[in-house]
Amino acid sequence: MAVLKEEGVDTVFGFPGGVVIDIFDELARTDIKHVLVRHEQGAAHAADGYARAKGSVGVCLVTSGPGATNTVSGLASSYMDSIPVVCLTGQVPTALIGNDAFQEVDIVGITRPCTKHNYLVKRTEDLARVLKEAFHIARSGRPGPVLVDLPKDVSQGKAKYEPLPTPEMPSYNPTYKPHIRQLRKAIGLIMEAERPVIFSGGGVILSGASKELTQFARKVQAPVTASLMGLGGFPGSDPLWLGMPGMHGTYRANMAIGACDLLIGVGVRFDDRVTGKVDTFAPHAKIIHIDIDPTSISKNIPVTVPIVGDCKNALRGLSRLLREEKVKIDKRGRRPWFKQIEKWKSTTPLKYEQKGDVIKPQYVIEKLHELTKGEAIITTEVGQNQMWAAQYYHFDRPNCFITSGGLGCMGFGFPAAIGAQVACPDKMVVDVAGDGSIQMNIQELATAVQYKLPVKVVILNNGYLGMVRQWQELFYERRYIATDLQISPDFAKVAEAYGALGLKATKPEEVVPMLKKGLKSPGPAFMDFWVAREECVYPMVPAGAAITDMLLA
Amino acid sequence: MQKHTISLLVDNEPGVLSRVAGLFSGRGFNIESLCVAETMDSQVSRITLVTRGDDAVAEQIKKQLNKLINIVKLYDLTRIERVEREMALVKVKAKAEHRAEILRIVDIFRCKVVDVSPTHYTIEVTGTAEKLSAILSLLKPMGIQEIARTGAIAMARDKKSRSK
Repeated sequence: MAVLKEEGVDTVFGFPGGVVIDIFDELARTDIKHVLVRHEQGAAHAADGYARAKGSVGVCLVTSGPGATNTVSGLASSYMDSIPVVCLTGQVPTALIGNDAFQEVDIVGITRPCTKHNYLVKRTEDLARVLKEAFHIARSGRPGPVLVDLPKDVSQGKAKYEPLPTPEMPSYNPTYKPHIRQLRKAIGLIMEAERPVIFSGGGVILSGASKELTQFARKVQAPVTASLMGLGGFPGSDPLWLGMPGMHGTYRANMAIGACDLLIGVGVRFDDRVTGKVDTFAPHAKIIHIDIDPTSISKNIPVTVPIVGDCKNALRGLSRLLREEKVKIDKRGRRPWFKQIEKWKSTTPLKYEQKGDVIKPQYVIEKLHELTKGEAIITTEVGQNQMWAAQYYHFDRPNCFITSGGLGCMGFGFPAAIGAQVACPDKMVVDVAGDGSIQMNIQELATAVQYKLPVKVVILNNGYLGMVRQWQELFYERRYIATDLQISPDFAKVAEAYGALGLKATKPEEVVPMLKKGLKSPGPAFMDFWVAREECVYPMVPAGAAITDMLLA
Repeated sequence: MQKHTISLLVDNEPGVLSRVAGLFSGRGFNIESLCVAETMDSQVSRITLVTRGDDAVAEQIKKQLNKLINIVKLYDLTRIERVEREMALVKVKAKAEHRAEILRIVDIFRCKVVDVSPTHYTIEVTGTAEKLSAILSLLKPMGIQEIARTGAIAMARDKKSRSK
């Protein structure tokens, strides 16, 4: 507990069980807040949402066996998105480990490939050091989840705690400072480029480099596109903004990547949902890639100038070099490039039409953006709801878009919103959900009600597992196998049953009044929008195609 | 696909080998052989592993290994001058008419007979993979009953991969 306090932990998301009673007992004696979730997966996602909204380490605490295994999806999601989480799991007493004891599971073995690191603590004397290391590893370098498994006798045991310094680990030394020679090489490429594009990612948000990125982009006059994880890292209202690239990216972002002669990747990992067919990705471009994790560099896309380091340091370094060497970017020289981008934008914008008496999901998101003035923290579930939120809620600030990007974990958004609301009690937090994924952690309504967390849930209800249905429509001759979800509860009534506000809208004219009512309400609210059932997310790049090869409608 | 010999100094604690092995299986890399033992420093073990892949794959393997928290130091010995050895125990049938021939082969290859019974010899042979294959092919006609073979262990000829 002393270590938790020292590490600045103010909240733990947890669910108790036999072997962690001692820890809960001790936790109650501190001023650390405990949020009792209703399912351990919720605890892991809430800790993740907390970490993303606050920019610090999220903590969850669960029991052994099923308690521990229930966190696995959450940990895997945090791992894929590089989110600092410390997960404390109970374990059977050391003497019983390996005996198939009640509620025993080898959680260290299970989570080895989906955590940044994990520990089984065997002696109480090691506990403080291990916890220190866990927090250090979770938040430093490329952040990630760390699991610490605590056998009952270890957590019951007593050991004297003396404050420890930040651990020094000879085998763990992330590179924060980029190499000056690499920065110089990058400047060389930037000066030569006629059609540059900056492609930023979650790393910009994690390193708190939004300001640096914006300054750098303006300085070198390069348009910016950002991966799903990078949304908000560059203002969505800036004239240099291209929109998101990739499978459901904007036409101009994908075309710009296809045509650019220099691509500057900042804190991205060139995920397959962005690159499409790898050998047709940015085919004319030299590539500069800044990332703190060397394994991300040249993993999917060969890179011309790799820069290993923290995004903030690297961007500052580049800007400083530009200044020192008095590099003048020829703005006039960029004109044809910006003209071309403008042309792509005006001929093929993101578009939908709200007409007739059916609600278009995009319309709901646009109105949500308007009514929250773009200032809400948006979490999402996974699927169409996630893509529409990404496309139509124009994120201007970092740490405001919280989504399971890499893992694509349905059921993430609602508990993550709860975590974000705990982290930022004064902010509006809205989960954009689908009727499928909201059901994957709907039990957390009780958590939201219990702790009076005014989380709002916008359900884009189309009675389908919409994204899979979209693939079935486009690539499986409309065979809608296992995607029809018309048998679903009345979500408004479910919310009411839990003691939250439940609202339902079926007509376009109801959208704005209902959003207003729901957003204004003091407590948690479910807003169920019955939207066009067979609306697809466009543009779309079929899996494995070049990203310039887009289905537009 | 080129063979790569990688030497790792790792924390000598439970689970480290499974982190290394899990990384290979999880990311679809292959391990051709793997040898582990404690070094002079009981806190540190050395893993020598041999893998196959093109340069990009080898690069990714090295980066991923380096990322594991328990890996203290990684040496790629592939392109540097190194000493590399494997060992095998070979139990070969020792019929009366073959005994002299087997001992001659053992002599030529500078290996040792480490166990004798009325029906067989057990031979200890150390050397490069090629040497081991060569002696095995010579012994095969006599009737090999059992083989236990290690993977490669290796060391750079200069001071680069000196263990603690």
